Amino acid sequence: MPAILTLIRKLFWNIFKKKKHLKIGIYGPPNGGKTTLANRICRDWLGEDMGKVSNIAHETREIQIKEEIHIKSGNKELSFNLVDTPGIATKIDYEDFIKAGMSEEEAKKRAKEATKGVIDAIKWLDEMDVVIVVLDATKDPYTQVNLTIVGNLEARKIPVLLVGNKIDLKKTNLKRLKAAFPQYTIVGISAKYGTNIEEFYKALFEVAGK
Amino acid sequence: MITIEFVPYSEIEGLSSIGRIRKLLKIAKENKIVLLEGRLRKEEEAELIKTTMEEIDDEFKGIELGVIYPDEGQLNFLKKLRLNLVNLVLGYRAGFTVIGPASIVKEIKKDPKRIELFTIDKQKGKKAKRKK
Repeated sequence: MPAILTLIRKLFWNIFKKKKHLKIGIYGPPNGGKTTLANRICRDWLGEDMGKVSNIAHETREIQIKEEIHIKSGNKELSFNLVDTPGIATKIDYEDFIKAGMSEEEAKKRAKEATKGVIDAIKWLDEMDVVIVVLDATKDPYTQVNLTIVGNLEARKIPVLLVGNKIDLKKTNLKRLKAAFPQYTIVGISAKYGTNIEEFYKALFEVAGK
Repeated sequence: MITIEFVPYSEIEGLSSIGRIRKLLKIAKENKIVLLEGRLRKEEEAELIKTTMEEIDDEFKGIELGVIYPDEGQLNFLKKLRLNLVNLVLGYRAGFTVIGPASIVKEIKKDPKRIELFTIDKQKGKKAKRKK
C-alpha cells in the first residue's frame, strides 16, 4: 500500500513539476527573428534582453535559456523557461559570411559554430513542452526546413504556435503563410516593434493549454 | 554537367534510419542530385539535417532538400486512411524527394504541387532553373 501511495505522490509531483518547469522553445530558420522575439518576451516580463541580434545569419549559435519567466493575460498566469535556439538550415557556407564582411578565419569559425548550433537545436526538440516557430512572413513559407520543423513537432506531439514575423515590412504575406499551414494557429507580429504582441501572448496561453 | 541519381524506395526499404541517411548523403557528397522514390519519415528528415551538419567542411557545404507528398490536410477521411495504410504496409513510397548538394543546387522551391530546382551555373555565375 505505501508503495502505491508513493507512486501516486510521485505521479502528481511529476505533473506539478512539469507544469512548473514548462519549457517553451523558439525554433525556425535563420534570420526569421527568433532572438528578436525572445528579447521582446524577456524585455516585457523580465526587463532585460536574452541575446544579440544581427542581420547576418546564424548570429545565435548556441542554445540560450532564460529561466522563470512569468507572463500574465487577464487573470491567467503562465510560468516557463524560454529556450532560444540557433536557426535550422540544411546548408552553411563560410563564404557567405566572407561576403558579409568577415575575415576567412572568422567566417570558418562562425560556420563551424553554426553547424553545431543546428545539431544542438534538433537534439533539444524532444526536451520542449511547447514550441513557437518563428517564420519570416515576407519569405516563401514552403521551404523544406519549415515543413521539416513543423512536421517533426507534429510527429512528436509537441504543441506548436506559428508566428509570422516582420509584419511591419511591405512584402509581408500572412495569407500565403496561412495557406501553407492551414491546421495551425498563426499570429502575425513584428517582434522588433512589438506590433500585435498582445495577440501573440493570448495565442501562447491557448497553445500552452492554460 | 549535372548527374541525377534515381533511388527506388526498395533500395532504402530494408535499411535502418541512419543507413538510409548515410546512403542518400553519400550520393549527394559525390556531387549528384538524388531523386528518391517516396520520402523519409519526418524524424529521419530532421536526422538528415543533423547528419548533414556533422559532415560540413570546406568542401561540402550542405544540401538543398525538397519533398513532394500528398497533402494529408487536403485529403478526405477515406483517402487519408488509405494513404496511412499504404504507408504502414509498403512504407513511405508516395511522392518523391530531391536532395541536391549545395555546391550544385542553389535553391529548391515548392509551389506546393511542383518543385523548381535552381542550380548554380558556375561558368556564368548565375542560377539556372530546372522544372520538375
